[in-house]
Amino acid sequence: MTETERNPESTLATTGALPDPIPTTPPRNKWRDVWDQFKTHRGALVGGIVFCSLVLLVLVGPYFWPFDPTYIDIRARNQGPSLAHPFGTDQLGRDTLARMMAGGRVSVAVGITAMLLALGLGSFIGVMAGYFRKLDGPLMRLTDLFLALPLLPLLLVMMLLFRDPLNSRFGPETGIFILIVVSIGMTSWMPTARIVRGDVLAIKEREFILAARSIGTSSTMMIMRHILPNVLSPIMVSATLGIANAIITESALSFLGLGFPPDFPTWGRLLFDATDYLQQYPERVIWPGMAISLTVLSVNYLGDGLRDALDPRIRGR
Amino acid sequence: MLTFTIRRLILAVPTLLFISLIIFLLLELAPGDPMAQVPLTVPPDVKEKMRLALGLGEPFHIRFWKWIVQFFWIEPQVFIDHLIGTSLSDGKLRVISWQTRSPVMDIVVQRMPQTLWVVGMSYVVGVLIALPIGIYSAYRQYSVFDQAGTFITMVGYSIPPFFTGPLIIVIFSVQLGWFPSIYDTTHQVVDWATFKVQLQQMIMPVMVLALQTTAQIGRFMRASMLDNLNQDYVRTARAKGLSEAVVVMVHVLRNSMIPVVTVIALGVPAIFGGAIITEQVFKVNGIGQLLITAIYANDLPMVQTITFMFAVLIVFFNLIADVLYGILDPRIRYD
Amino acid sequence: MKLRSLMLGAAASFAVAPAAMAERGSDGHVNIIYWQAPSIMTPYLSGGTKDIEAASLVIEPLGRYDQDGNLVPYLAEEIPTVANGGVSEDLKSITWKLKEGLEWSDGSPVTSADIKFTAEYCMHPEGGCAQLAKFSGVKEVEIVDDLTVTVHFEEPKPNPYGPFMGGQSPIIQKAQFADCLGAKAPECTEANFNPVGTGPFVVDEFRPNDVISMSANPNYRDPDKPAFATLTLKGGGDATAAGRAVMETGEFDYAWNLQLAPDVIENMAEGGKGKPIAAFGTLVERLEMNLTDPDPSLPADVRATRKAPHPFLTEFNVRKALSMAIDRELLVEIGYGQAGRPTCNLVPGPEVYASDNTECLEQDIEGAKALLEEAGWVDSNGDGVRDKDGVELEILYQTSTNAVRQDFQALIKQWWNEIGVETELRNINASVFFGGDPGSPDTFQKFYADVEMYANNFDGTDPQSYLSMYRCGNEPKPESQWQGENINRFCDPEYDAMLDELSRTSELEKRYELAKKLNDMLTKETYTIVPLVDRGRVSAHSNSLGGVVLNTWDSELWNVADWYRIDN
Repeated sequence: MTETERNPESTLATTGALPDPIPTTPPRNKWRDVWDQFKTHRGALVGGIVFCSLVLLVLVGPYFWPFDPTYIDIRARNQGPSLAHPFGTDQLGRDTLARMMAGGRVSVAVGITAMLLALGLGSFIGVMAGYFRKLDGPLMRLTDLFLALPLLPLLLVMMLLFRDPLNSRFGPETGIFILIVVSIGMTSWMPTARIVRGDVLAIKEREFILAARSIGTSSTMMIMRHILPNVLSPIMVSATLGIANAIITESALSFLGLGFPPDFPTWGRLLFDATDYLQQYPERVIWPGMAISLTVLSVNYLGDGLRDALDPRIRGR
Repeated sequence: MLTFTIRRLILAVPTLLFISLIIFLLLELAPGDPMAQVPLTVPPDVKEKMRLALGLGEPFHIRFWKWIVQFFWIEPQVFIDHLIGTSLSDGKLRVISWQTRSPVMDIVVQRMPQTLWVVGMSYVVGVLIALPIGIYSAYRQYSVFDQAGTFITMVGYSIPPFFTGPLIIVIFSVQLGWFPSIYDTTHQVVDWATFKVQLQQMIMPVMVLALQTTAQIGRFMRASMLDNLNQDYVRTARAKGLSEAVVVMVHVLRNSMIPVVTVIALGVPAIFGGAIITEQVFKVNGIGQLLITAIYANDLPMVQTITFMFAVLIVFFNLIADVLYGILDPRIRYD
Repeated sequence: MKLRSLMLGAAASFAVAPAAMAERGSDGHVNIIYWQAPSIMTPYLSGGTKDIEAASLVIEPLGRYDQDGNLVPYLAEEIPTVANGGVSEDLKSITWKLKEGLEWSDGSPVTSADIKFTAEYCMHPEGGCAQLAKFSGVKEVEIVDDLTVTVHFEEPKPNPYGPFMGGQSPIIQKAQFADCLGAKAPECTEANFNPVGTGPFVVDEFRPNDVISMSANPNYRDPDKPAFATLTLKGGGDATAAGRAVMETGEFDYAWNLQLAPDVIENMAEGGKGKPIAAFGTLVERLEMNLTDPDPSLPADVRATRKAPHPFLTEFNVRKALSMAIDRELLVEIGYGQAGRPTCNLVPGPEVYASDNTECLEQDIEGAKALLEEAGWVDSNGDGVRDKDGVELEILYQTSTNAVRQDFQALIKQWWNEIGVETELRNINASVFFGGDPGSPDTFQKFYADVEMYANNFDGTDPQSYLSMYRCGNEPKPESQWQGENINRFCDPEYDAMLDELSRTSELEKRYELAKKLNDMLTKETYTIVPLVDRGRVSAHSNSLGGVVLNTWDSELWNVADWYRIDN
């Protein structure tokens, strides 16, 4: 595929010129092509819009909303949705909308960063293990080790060792954020690594890799240009599943006392706390459940669109 | 491939020993105390005596060595005794749990039936549903079926079992009264009627767990199929006049299986590890519940033993996955 | 004492009269659910409540406490007292006499040798017995005749009902446990799981941490009891599910200890298949004030020890103001409902020991503010937090992870905020918080926080050992590997002197008075301990289960022999 083929206008404009076709427009940027393809993916667009509005809502929302998520108004407890409290109030009379927005900040931030960390680590180790035969053994044994470690004691040890140093270095909130993101990232990269490695092992033996190697492509270029784009789809799936996992794991950490302070709402925690009130106040589980699902769904569609857009075979059609 | 397998199996021994050491060190370092669940009314000096009686007074390398001997030497003897009725292990100290003061392996064996019934079955069900859904979704990408499948699996995956469990209990046990909300681990399947009872008590936990498995494996299957459906060899195969079924189910599927095999192989050891939350919600009391109560009670011999058996399965199934890669794609070589 | 216990015994048997009509095993099967699963069938190797209560179905002590905290004889003929000559005048010995004709479930007779052996078993130096404290001060258990033993104490014991009394120290069979002494105790798996007992049931199958199947004891002393032929005790899950199984789906007959928000329980009760029952014991949810400085910048051997007094919690006015800002009524309403009562006492019961201290029940935010002003705590730098001499009133408030406790934290934080005290909250996993791991910074003993909240109680009805926890020198400190029970690091020679007096006093009226005084010294006179809620126990039973009498002084299953099925 050449550049001109992809650009019908320039091909049209230069049909008249006989010797050397001179493109009237500069060659199109590859990323612009990606964007053009991405735009045509309706699911991805909707997903993107939903995701951006969710992020916007939790980031900007609290500035416009009069209630503080930790303010207790005991007379207003256990209220259903009303004009003053559109999402109702919880068992202490705290405004659920305010808590959803405050919780969303944490959950989305933790979900995305922890997922990126796990994904980055997993892809890196997976590619290294799959591509370099010498590294395969040690890296995969490391993966086995991490898969085998019991999660709870591991997290307790991490907290014991790093909570105080991180708190004094970055302050309590950032410190705990880093600790949580790193704990989740460090304990969830292994499946990605195994999956990526499996794919790389197979791709490495394909003809186009042989061809690329024959023209003297360096290992770095080989990985960046030829291997990575071809393992993108399992990575994208891992990303979507990873966000859901990270949001839920964060709430699990809070129960263990490893997470944010107890009066700090997060979506996972709101969902857990509301489970006991499933029958009396069903709306309390619906809001956080919906928020988590929406985030995961929108990221899933985003990932779908991105994958299609980055696949040159689809983009050409 | 055979030499590779043998080499890996031999290599697995030092790996596993190293893993067991790391697990032991980790448990050692973790804060916690086997006396945490003893009421505060028991005075501290009594608690200290209880700790000493558990052997906590000894330095950690001695305790590790004892565990190694008990697990790798005495427990196999017990197993042999059990098989052929010898008495090699008489009078030797087995791996003893701190909570129950009984051999850990006996309890693990006791927990196997419900773990396999519920967690194992849900995994099989999940995989069996996920594969066709993944294949068909990819084949008809963006069809109504695909969209609905994506929606249901993603919502299912993002709602954790600590919520779906109570939700279906409220619907099916409380409101409709169809299924029991509490799993009876003493139930014996002997005939058709008891089998029906068993099915009734299994169905809810299996549903909750299978949803998670289906979502995960279905997504990977779909993504991997999509990657391969546009490859040149598919066009070639179609051009050769192969039927659509053969193209998709033989050529594309085989080439798409690598990531799926990885995910499935990763999940099988997890069956043994049990499903902590779902087991708690439905009171299945399998190995997941055993492990989590042992962790909360800081029952180190129990945690160490279960985690180590888990590690053995992980190493073993990852080896199986590697062997399967070679079968699925003969170009993959490990020499 | 004797008369009262007799009367109560009569009352109790009257209450369960319908059961007496039935014959043994006529009511079929009963299902009990404990959301914490029992791990072992002997209280001597595990102090856990779940294990003590499961064991109480099978093995029994000489006497138990009833629902009002009175002593009732079980295996003993009567409760020995000074009045009936069972307890010697010098309080140094107590003589128990077994009922005649008692048999173990295997048909062999129960003798005084079994009682003596039980003491030997628990007092063995290598056994790691969890109930050793029950036998503290025991010099010798002397066999008088086949049915009589005398327990001799080293020193006079005003409360001689430690050994063989209550669910914590039941009698075990000598024949079964003879080879299980000391270090061998944990190896006797078979005996520990299937003890031979005198109780209404015998174990058919024990699955540790899962389920216990039992059937009626054929040799139980009352030929008509128990009414149930078989019993299942299922363990595991969570309190919500347990409550649901009894009150909403009706799968189970009895659910133990439902620690749930009151409106959740109420909603379950609307299921109509069962009802919650509540009773009060001595469990008090309290705030403990740290009198020492938990500042992380202090060296490890000084931090949170008596060497470093707390910068502001050592001031009486600050502690008092913190207590005044709390609305205990509201805490009860939100967290416990009918299973809680606001209290200002560390010893809330039995009634004779409870001080009439009610001063703290009224919330007084303005008063608290005034108190702080008066003590010189003003907001001089305008950051909304009171300060004095450069010290800000900032509190780190920790507790274990538990939904109700986190709600309490949020509420109390807001009230303290109103009086100008900044609060940071922390919750810690219960298995770490209540564990005594000296390597962990998060245990309640180490108390690396300013204020912490948890609940504690005492066994039986006598608070002497409970109050002795706050003796000077009994505080957790690095030299004692952070073990110790004086969590606040309270130290008052006057208090210690009064404790000594209590341990010498046998006259009951005098003991009540001393205990009340000690209680007041820790609470309203110093606010070292700020009690919040007297927590009752809520359990639930199905509508068809009769004879249940909830008892917080002993095992909840204390009278399971009297349970019966109500016919519809």
